[in-house]
Amino acid sequence: MESITGLILAKYNYWMYISLMMVGLYAMIAKNNLVKKIIGMNILQTAIILFYISIGAKKGATIPIIMHSEGHGHEAVHAVQYINPLPHVLMLTAIVVSVATLGVALALAIRLYARFGTLEEDEINDQVREAP
Amino acid sequence: MLVHATLDFPGWGDPNAPAHLHVAPEYLEQAYEKTATPNVVTAVLADYRSYDTMFETAVVFSAGLACFFLLRVQSRKKEEEEEEDRYFRHLATDMVIRIRTPSMHVPDSPYLQQLDPYWTPRSLIVRAACRVLTPFIQLFALYVVAHGHHSPGGGFQGGVILGASLILVALSHDLRTSMKMTPEKLMGVLSPAGVLIYAGVGALCVAAGHNFLDYGALAEWLGTAPEAARSLGILFVEVGVAVCVMATMIIIYANLSSAGGHKQGL
Repeated sequence: MESITGLILAKYNYWMYISLMMVGLYAMIAKNNLVKKIIGMNILQTAIILFYISIGAKKGATIPIIMHSEGHGHEAVHAVQYINPLPHVLMLTAIVVSVATLGVALALAIRLYARFGTLEEDEINDQVREAP
Repeated sequence: MLVHATLDFPGWGDPNAPAHLHVAPEYLEQAYEKTATPNVVTAVLADYRSYDTMFETAVVFSAGLACFFLLRVQSRKKEEEEEEDRYFRHLATDMVIRIRTPSMHVPDSPYLQQLDPYWTPRSLIVRAACRVLTPFIQLFALYVVAHGHHSPGGGFQGGVILGASLILVALSHDLRTSMKMTPEKLMGVLSPAGVLIYAGVGALCVAAGHNFLDYGALAEWLGTAPEAARSLGILFVEVGVAVCVMATMIIIYANLSSAGGHKQGL
């Protein structure tokens, strides 16, 4: 019993991200509406960002901003005291990429709507097949 | 299957997880000595991984470019073909004029206000509240950019806040007002200018005889120690990032909210 609660406490964050990722993946594959697909893509990206951020966590550590004071130097820095900055840096850029992809995806959706008058994927497919 | 894979993962918050053991401790222990930047995230982002961040900025710029070409170019062509009816309100008398001939040119005048057929004005409270808030948001954005070395913040975050404050103007007033404040051409120049500032700082380092984006090279010109020069170099590229992100946010918003027409926003 003890080991099972320990296991859940140590791993439940990953399971959250897996379920979020599956929600996003399902929306991207199964939904018919293009805007819902875009929302699914964003949920998937968010899940991955959260996953990386949780990798960076350390128990009992603080944010990666080194304590410093003007003039009389600073104490030796121990890596154990600060959480891992690398996942944060990587995800900072990933967030920017997700904003960029979201913008381009929405622009494409607007163009498709102007061309076909609908955002439902099957209706667009029908129209494409009818007009060779 | 994925859940089963997590059984091999390190526990949450485990300080001995493999992710914390290789390159990350070196960043933490040496970043402050080598770059004089207490915020390790900023130091890693803009110094150790500066190539990554430079092309990141280029990605943001190309996203703005893609939105522009997808929406704006097409709608300009359409605009030339079929001009809709235009509405103008005479401010003194509140009379509304409808102009049906597309070729007729209406000069910009302080007495006439162009109206959009579908757009409804926001309430006075919303407009006034947003007008008061906007300068404070912009000031905070500048603080986030400039203080990114010592507190959480940096170019991307500050740029997004700055862009959001201008989008707030577009939301609370109308798109026409905000496009007068942030003209399309100016934003189109600022967005690549941000990338150029970043690449230019890198090129300056080459000119000083060091590697591309090795900010220590700027120490001689700035008259500081190499560590402080790295800190200043990070600040310069962060400003470039902020400019690019702000301009791109506004380009994307203006094109998306009006489907490229830049006439009536949301």
